[in-house]
Amino acid sequence: MMLTQTDRSKFRTLLDAITLNSDNDARAALIYLETERSPIVVSRRDFRQSIRAHAAALRQMGIAPRDLVVIAHTQNLESIYAFWGALMLGAIPSVFPTLTEKLDAAIYMRSMAELARLSDVRAIFTTDAFATTLRDHVPCPVFGSEQLAASISRGDVDAFVPSPVPDADEIAFLQHSSGTTGLQKGVALSHRSVLNQLARYSDALALNSQDVIVSWLPLYHDMGLIAGFLMPLMQGVPLVLMSPFDWVQHPALLFRAIHAYGGTLCWLPNFAYNHCARRIRQRDTEGLSAASMRMFINCSEPVYHESHQQFLSRFAAQGVKPEMLAVSYAMAENTFAVTQTPIGTAARLDIVDRTELERHRVAVPIAAHHSRAQTRVSCGPTIAGTAVRVVDGVGQSLPDRHIGEVAIQSDCMLSGYYKRPDLQPFQDGWYRTGDMGYVAEGEVYIVGRSKDLIINAGKNIYPQDLEAIVNTVPGISAGRAVAFGVPDEREGTELIAVIAEITTDDPGERKQIAAQIRQTVVQQSMVTVSYVQLVDSRWLIKTSSGKIARAANRDKWLAEREAT
Amino acid sequence: MDEKTIREKLRTYITRELIRDAGYLLTDTEGIVTGGLMDSFALAEFAVYVEQEFGVYIPDADLTVAKMNTLDQMVARVMQDSK
Repeated sequence: MMLTQTDRSKFRTLLDAITLNSDNDARAALIYLETERSPIVVSRRDFRQSIRAHAAALRQMGIAPRDLVVIAHTQNLESIYAFWGALMLGAIPSVFPTLTEKLDAAIYMRSMAELARLSDVRAIFTTDAFATTLRDHVPCPVFGSEQLAASISRGDVDAFVPSPVPDADEIAFLQHSSGTTGLQKGVALSHRSVLNQLARYSDALALNSQDVIVSWLPLYHDMGLIAGFLMPLMQGVPLVLMSPFDWVQHPALLFRAIHAYGGTLCWLPNFAYNHCARRIRQRDTEGLSAASMRMFINCSEPVYHESHQQFLSRFAAQGVKPEMLAVSYAMAENTFAVTQTPIGTAARLDIVDRTELERHRVAVPIAAHHSRAQTRVSCGPTIAGTAVRVVDGVGQSLPDRHIGEVAIQSDCMLSGYYKRPDLQPFQDGWYRTGDMGYVAEGEVYIVGRSKDLIINAGKNIYPQDLEAIVNTVPGISAGRAVAFGVPDEREGTELIAVIAEITTDDPGERKQIAAQIRQTVVQQSMVTVSYVQLVDSRWLIKTSSGKIARAANRDKWLAEREAT
Repeated sequence: MDEKTIREKLRTYITRELIRDAGYLLTDTEGIVTGGLMDSFALAEFAVYVEQEFGVYIPDADLTVAKMNTLDQMVARVMQDSK
């Protein structure tokens, strides 16, 4: 039996996961892949035992029900077991990115300390190397891998009695939208919401026991955590998992995994289609087949038709077909999926008049060969239990094909933002997503955002955060920097541009300032700036209220670039 | 191909295509990934270019930030298999 809408009532909490019951004990729960290493195959039995061992160890380390446990680890089995071990104790796990060589350690520590203080974190689990230093900076215990392993070997797993099963409305875990700052909102999800989502979404996918899910996605992101981690383990569908760091550098790993394990489902942000198509060497896919795939699901950033086309033509020889290319519109606040392309069909295309869309905010169909034609890729219809409305600035519903803000209502919504009673996510029972889109023939199309958010390679980035970082670089006129996203067809994502006003004419100094902008941003935010433009005083356009106008400056910069 | 040619070809390619600033004066020893000049995605792109341009296939194990962070490192790796 799987978790479906029909059998939903048989599941009370995430601890009813199929991987955790004792049928089919020898079946693989999880296969972990790394470049140049042998695959690690974890059977259901081993998975269950490891989770129990971790739960016992966590309890010994003082973790109790409802404690917030932060897992800031490299993607590995230990962090996966710690996550489920915490669930087994009724504690609240939340996954964060770990410190990498590129990040500024001091800033990472400060934001962890802030998170620990504001969210009342009970303990942080991380690597040994990092635990030693982090311990001096945060107001809660920090445990490295060695301590966890020692606690496991000391613990008496056989004598371990799990905590009483939590109530369905208790918070199961938190999802943080992206990045590392402690001021981020923690999206709190109840067992009930997560199970509702998994039942509804599994039905939309016709998920079955023959499926194999392949994922390289990070667990600190909703797509990775829900689709590429919780769903397969809840449903007893084998999960083939790799680390995002490994995959980004070695994208062919994904196709090797699909071939070796008969992968059927894989979620990818749009940039990944370009990354695979452009950067997997021919030699690396010779003899590999992806014919076992049912769907590659494009999710978490705007979908480019061109990205799908590139992917199709590059991997046609591996058996990739148009009907395998699906789309899902998803967000952490709805646990995950809001929409999904129906199975067995290619994502629908809507060819609309670009000028009408931009000027009058209406998606008017137009002939494909017309010079104003623009191809929009549908995100599909909503999944059962989730409703979408497109609203104007005052919250009034708009007719079909009119662009407005997408609002959603469902039975798999967040309970609230963790320890932030001041933030009210709902307005009249609807969650306003901040995404702009339209509905046509029952399907949802996303065209942009109401805020200046940048989505770079699947990560949400606020330009004001980047501007604050850039403003700390010496040599830049105070407050005279702007950051924005530039959609890039080649990369299939938005690239980041920074423009800053400076007063020096000295070429050496200018190079130094530009280099420092790139360096400072990557160290503090984990994102790479693709374009740095230094300009003279009074280049930047300000609004009448004295704020830097991002859209106007982007347009000016693009126009100047075009002219040269 | 001699080392000097390989070095200048790589320097031009990296500044123009990966850093997206043809005027950038890239030194032999600065950290290209750790300095925020390009992201780790670009390592895979670099590998495609090296195979096309020099006929050198760099195995995944060598395509890491630690091993391919500077122009010096990249040149040395290409030279190792260059005919």
